[in-house]
Amino acid sequence: MSTAVSCRGITKWFGEGGARVQALRGLDLDIGMGELAMLVGPSGCGKTTLISIIAGLLDPSEGDLEVLGTRSKDLSPEEQILFRRKNLGFVFQQFNLLPTLTAAENVAVPLFVAGFPRRPAIEQASELLDGLGLGGHLSHLPSQLSGGQQQRVAIARALIHDPRLVVCDEPTSALDAKTGHKVMELFAEVAVRPDRALIVVTHDRRIFDFADVITHMEDGRAIREERKRGSGRAFEAGASTNAPDQFLIERTL
Amino acid sequence: MNSISSVELSHPIKTEGRRICGRSPQKSKTWSSAMNWVAMTMLTGDRAKYIGLIFAISFSSFLITQQASIFAGLMNRTRSQILDVTDADVWVMDPATQYVDEVYALKDSDLGRVRGVPGVKWAVPFFKGQPRAKAPDGKFRVAILLGLDDGSLTGAPEPRRMILGNIESLRDPDAVLIDLAGYHFFFPGQPLVAGKTLEMNDHRAKIVGIVDASPPFTTFPVLYTRYSQALNYVGRERTRLSFILVKAAPAVSKEELTQRIQAATGLKAATSREFGWMTIVYYLIHTGIPINFGLTVGIAMIVGTVVAGQTFYLFTLENLKQFGALKAMGTTNRRLVGMILLQALVVGAVGYAIGMGLAAVFFIVARTEATRAIVLLWQVMAGTGVVVLFIVMVASLLSIRKVLVLEPAMVFRG
Repeated sequence: MSTAVSCRGITKWFGEGGARVQALRGLDLDIGMGELAMLVGPSGCGKTTLISIIAGLLDPSEGDLEVLGTRSKDLSPEEQILFRRKNLGFVFQQFNLLPTLTAAENVAVPLFVAGFPRRPAIEQASELLDGLGLGGHLSHLPSQLSGGQQQRVAIARALIHDPRLVVCDEPTSALDAKTGHKVMELFAEVAVRPDRALIVVTHDRRIFDFADVITHMEDGRAIREERKRGSGRAFEAGASTNAPDQFLIERTL
Repeated sequence: MNSISSVELSHPIKTEGRRICGRSPQKSKTWSSAMNWVAMTMLTGDRAKYIGLIFAISFSSFLITQQASIFAGLMNRTRSQILDVTDADVWVMDPATQYVDEVYALKDSDLGRVRGVPGVKWAVPFFKGQPRAKAPDGKFRVAILLGLDDGSLTGAPEPRRMILGNIESLRDPDAVLIDLAGYHFFFPGQPLVAGKTLEMNDHRAKIVGIVDASPPFTTFPVLYTRYSQALNYVGRERTRLSFILVKAAPAVSKEELTQRIQAATGLKAATSREFGWMTIVYYLIHTGIPINFGLTVGIAMIVGTVVAGQTFYLFTLENLKQFGALKAMGTTNRRLVGMILLQALVVGAVGYAIGMGLAAVFFIVARTEATRAIVLLWQVMAGTGVVVLFIVMVASLLSIRKVLVLEPAMVFRG
């Protein structure tokens, strides 16, 4: 299995002088293609900073990052934008749908950004939404949709341009338990593919079942990794047996 | 370009065996058009703010256009009598003259001196005074009396501006021409006929024609008569020669002729255009008119800029998450700036169009005899367009700055 994301010694500082804060402290992380990886940990542990760096929205202060086989340091800012446009999909905590666009139009936005004409892009978005069970809501505005429906629209938006890496920030935190579970079921069903990796930042323990690998973070470091047996790469060493039932391989990082 | 390509996506999304995303539309050559459409939808989707923005720009452009047009119209009126003399090139006057409405009479001998200047084709006397005119029913008013050279009637209105009668009738005894507004003042509701009389300085003045004269600044009635007769209407003064109207010889330019006359006679000479501007400048400097109108125009600009700027900025702030999401999805700063500028330009164009429409309606509705010749000037419309462009650009600057410094990573912060 090839590597989707490889982080080596990622460090991130914010601010200057006395107000300088270290958000990430030499973090190492590997996520393979075809994996649904979850980043978990308490607030302020650096999860959001890490996915921002992986998504190319922030530059690391130190360390090496390789995403989909491309070293981020090798890309100019313009190339980073193009790389993101082509290869990344996003699902946000608050959905961040454009309130004045319909569901189908919102889903088509990544295609607009990539330069596709409006009508065929919306047709394709409608097709995708139809497949996600929202065919009856194509012309609804986000305000006319429930939270679960909005998140499904956001998922469709993240997938419409067929990205190879999907980054999700707390995708279920704004949803009730049942809806969150349904959304994750749908997500696992339509988004997980051998040639795509998904990174989900979450606090929601109820959706841990959907992960192939869970990386626990604390104080800017990855401290522990749990991995479903047979779901991804086998670890050479450091495996333990005291993981939850579904996570049969655990290692301390 | 707008058709769906038959090329399959390399990895179609499938669910329960159904392909739900199978075909990829071709890229648009005009790649920005869909994003422009998104920008417009963002703008018009928030009705309250959109209407607020349009209202601010409409209000500003209406107020600026209306006030500037009235101002320009008023200023143009100050030189009406100069503009209405179309057959002379140069006006000669006392050296201390500042504007057309306040003159110190020249000596009769000055006329001969001017005629003697090389390059003068002809020179004739021209009188301008303000006698009191009285109608048979006792109604009276100060009038602007223009005395034309007895022989040539130089300075008379152009024939096409005669509404009733003809200019040659001025050669009749006691004959005067009166402007339409003056006729309506002295004879309200009565048909336009020749033969009615006025009294000036105990002398009878018989109306032989009605003229569409340019409205004067003071809105007084305008009367034309022969130079020799004007004297009777204003009372005795030792000298009465207000101006000398001069025609330049064919080979001599007006500007050169004015210099020659000034050098030869010591009198002031100005072309009609120069004298017109002298008069306008006098009113600009010596009256509160420009300050009054300038204040209103300035307030309209400030209100327009502040309201539009604030509303536009709030609009951007409220959409900041969406702009951040667009940035995260790979929209460049340049494209986002283009979207904001498009929004600003559309708001400006729509607001400007509504403002101009309102101004046009205002000038149609408010058109009376007193406001005649105060019209919506294309120059003012063009100037207002530039001002509106300035307003929307300033209004969008803050928004552009906000979006430019926006960290796309903010979309991950709750």
